[in-house]
Amino acid sequence: MSLTGTAVALLQVVLTIAAAPFLVGVMRLIRARLEGRVGPPIVQPWRDLRKLLGKDRMVSDNTGWVFSIAPLVLLASATLVAGIVPFLSTKSALDQVGDLFAVVYLLLLGTVFLSLAGLDAGTAFGGMGSSRAMTITAIAEPTVLVAIFALSVSTGSSNLGSIVAATLAHPATAASPESLLAFAALAVVTIAETGRIPVDNPNTHLELTMIHEAMVLEYSGPDLALIELAAHLRLVVFLGLLSNLFVPWGIATTAQPLQLLGAAVAVAVKIVVLAAVIAIVEVFMAKVRLFRVPELLAASFVLAFLAVTASFFLA
Amino acid sequence: MAVPRVVSTRFGAGGEKHRHKPEHDRERAAVLNLVRKIIRVGRVTEPHDADPAPLEGVVAATADRLHGSVQVRQVDAGSCNGCEAEFSAAFGPVYDVERFGVRLVASPRHADVLVVTGPVTKNMAEPLVKTFEATPGPKLVIALGDCARNCGVFAGGYGVAGAVADIVPVDIEVPGCPPSPDAIVAALRQIAGR
Repeated sequence: MSLTGTAVALLQVVLTIAAAPFLVGVMRLIRARLEGRVGPPIVQPWRDLRKLLGKDRMVSDNTGWVFSIAPLVLLASATLVAGIVPFLSTKSALDQVGDLFAVVYLLLLGTVFLSLAGLDAGTAFGGMGSSRAMTITAIAEPTVLVAIFALSVSTGSSNLGSIVAATLAHPATAASPESLLAFAALAVVTIAETGRIPVDNPNTHLELTMIHEAMVLEYSGPDLALIELAAHLRLVVFLGLLSNLFVPWGIATTAQPLQLLGAAVAVAVKIVVLAAVIAIVEVFMAKVRLFRVPELLAASFVLAFLAVTASFFLA
Repeated sequence: MAVPRVVSTRFGAGGEKHRHKPEHDRERAAVLNLVRKIIRVGRVTEPHDADPAPLEGVVAATADRLHGSVQVRQVDAGSCNGCEAEFSAAFGPVYDVERFGVRLVASPRHADVLVVTGPVTKNMAEPLVKTFEATPGPKLVIALGDCARNCGVFAGGYGVAGAVADIVPVDIEVPGCPPSPDAIVAALRQIAGR
């Protein structure tokens, strides 16, 4: 583990955490503008977090240890993934563990703990949210794995750095059928896992339709701040993963400061463009009924399956 | 705006060969209409007054600790829904109180401000107290509308437990039956400090 590699990983974590709330602010602003409103300033999510950190922490007597550690596990797993995923450079210190499977299951770990925490408080809505989150995760997870297989088959490795480096070396693979199909599949999963429309509505106040929000209804103050920050981080991580796996250009292949700066700008542009597309599409769409979400995810599984088939037959 | 009429060709000449789904046309027309409307209407939010009137005393100190981020939980303690209609207008595109950092939340655990409407009925007195207790401090309570302040026309009614201040401590009162969205926005801006 080299010193520059460690520096790159640390820089990545710091930048991602600093930028994540701004990204959410930008998405809210885009939505507000399209709805004819002025909208909150983009620093508002940071203001919300600062205020939450200063508020009282209220914990129900009915909760156990899962409720207390879930926000920490959620944030820790998201932070670790933010260090692993090649955002800035293919030469990160965590490259040895930068495996697609590790990333997917670290993110899953956070989801599972949040679902357990939703059950822990024993409220009706928390349990409902957990059950829904698990339903969606159970269908989305195979899609992620199969889509990953499609990417690893052509590279011969499930290491993130290797996949990105291989795409850089052979730019034509980015437009190959398996790559495009896997992108479509992972895009649907990203929307499902980050709780955006049409799977979940991040702005909802209606408990009956909630998924992510229902699980965090019992959290207050600093705990809620951790969960919100983790949710923002996961959005950035998913979008960054999606953009750098399929469109890696701009990423640094060394650890020179100038290259890293260029890479930071490039990945920021890519993530903001993806986020803007999601925000714009959300204005034109309603959340689908819960019972139709499996249909959407099944379609993305088919895409992922076709991607892995194509990668075997066309390679 | 006139919605383009969609003519189904399903039963027309050759309709069986080139099956044309009218609902797809309708969806596309709806999206295009929405795009046109977004471009034509632009921004409808009205410009706001310079600065909100400053708060005083303990309420000001509490509002300061919120650092311009105000999460609101609304409690209907027995209102006729007149205040709710105006309250939801405050969050609509015209008044857009969200631009001052105010947001509605789904749980009292997430809230900084409880907005209580209506005279508190006997059945809602206990839920109101529980909601207040479930809200983490620093917190503020707004009594919205004349009924919340002094029971209004419902004063002395057999189902009424009292005004909001009789059940939980009230920090800010917004008069009116119902109060205009302007008054609601002004009260929330005082707390947000913007």
